[in-house]
Amino acid sequence: MRVRTKTFLFIIGGIAIIAASVGLVLFALRNNVSLYFTPTQVFNKEAPQGRNFRIGGLVEVGSLTREKDGLTSHFIITDMMKTMPVTYKGILPDLFKEGKGVVAQGKLQSDNVFYAEEVLAKHDENYMPPEAKDALDKAARAQSALNAASGIPPTDTTAKKIGY
Amino acid sequence: MTIHWFKYAAPTTFYGLAGKLIPFFAWPSAILFVAGIYFGFFVAPTDAVQSEAYRIMFIHVPVSILSMFIYLIMAGYAALGLIFKTRLSSMMASALAPTGAIFAFIALWSGALWGKPMWGAWWVWDARLTSELILLFLYLGFIALQASIDDPRRADRAGALLAIVGSVNVPIIYFSVKWWNTLHQGSTIKFSDTSMHVAMKQALFLMMAACWLYTIAITLVRVRSIILERERNTQWVSELEEVRS
Repeated sequence: MRVRTKTFLFIIGGIAIIAASVGLVLFALRNNVSLYFTPTQVFNKEAPQGRNFRIGGLVEVGSLTREKDGLTSHFIITDMMKTMPVTYKGILPDLFKEGKGVVAQGKLQSDNVFYAEEVLAKHDENYMPPEAKDALDKAARAQSALNAASGIPPTDTTAKKIGY
Repeated sequence: MTIHWFKYAAPTTFYGLAGKLIPFFAWPSAILFVAGIYFGFFVAPTDAVQSEAYRIMFIHVPVSILSMFIYLIMAGYAALGLIFKTRLSSMMASALAPTGAIFAFIALWSGALWGKPMWGAWWVWDARLTSELILLFLYLGFIALQASIDDPRRADRAGALLAIVGSVNVPIIYFSVKWWNTLHQGSTIKFSDTSMHVAMKQALFLMMAACWLYTIAITLVRVRSIILERERNTQWVSELEEVRS
């Protein structure tokens, strides 16, 4: 065998071995690499018990309430299957909105409320000017009104788009 | 007319060719940068969700994409040099590394500047962010490894192995937002379509083209220096006009 062919095979073999080992490492880490758990995963007890973790999903529409002190807020994180009530004392990020993505870090207490120490807003990969967004929202409202009139239950299109 | 395909694979002839090519990449790059910045900051509309802050994207997205692309090209050149012992390929790999490292650094830095106002954090140990940080370390490792070995041929071999092994990281960066739950949003520019307003897209593509041309121009400049440095004891270098004067 020529030296060049040998080197080539050696490199190809090396890459294959490394790719396989990286694949195995990633497979072993597949849950730990994710930044957050969904409420469904928490419900299925896949999230760590008794220590800090992150939970992510959408802020349920109409769930945000603030206490008198102006800092403590309560809201519900949903992945459209399960929900998780969250309490957070601190300033919420600017992009924090009902119906939008959120990632909260904290601890699940025995009262089944998630006490967050940090709340991060998650935005999607769609970019458009406000007029285009208004037009889309209007179309979505018209569609849901149409559905309501004909008896079809409303669907949350934003949740599907973001992929929760 | 017969084309001598391998004529320019020799550092001697490539040195002159590269010198002639540089202006054809450098000037269009400068013009596209100015156009891209103008379109990005004055023509592209405000975003409905993120208002003006999204404009960081016009820097962040091109340098992030290129930091990954450059790594693959660098690893490809390094592999060619390793397998076929072509000196110029190894020199091209060394010439690409600093640009890739700078782009990876700007990607992380601009990402932090974007993350703080939008997400609420400069940095999270998110799969996308962490794998991009590893990419920066791979570039720095490649540069440091090559610099630490005096014999250029051994330096090329060692660097090539690191570059090839590290290339498994690139698909991990790209697919991280698909494979795992991440704070980082998904890809706006996909193979099939883009989820973005057309004026924003135009500005982004201008910036992307500018970064590509910049990369080619600066790599040619750098590879010329590397050729001169490595061939400094040869006859042809001592006969060069710029060396004699």
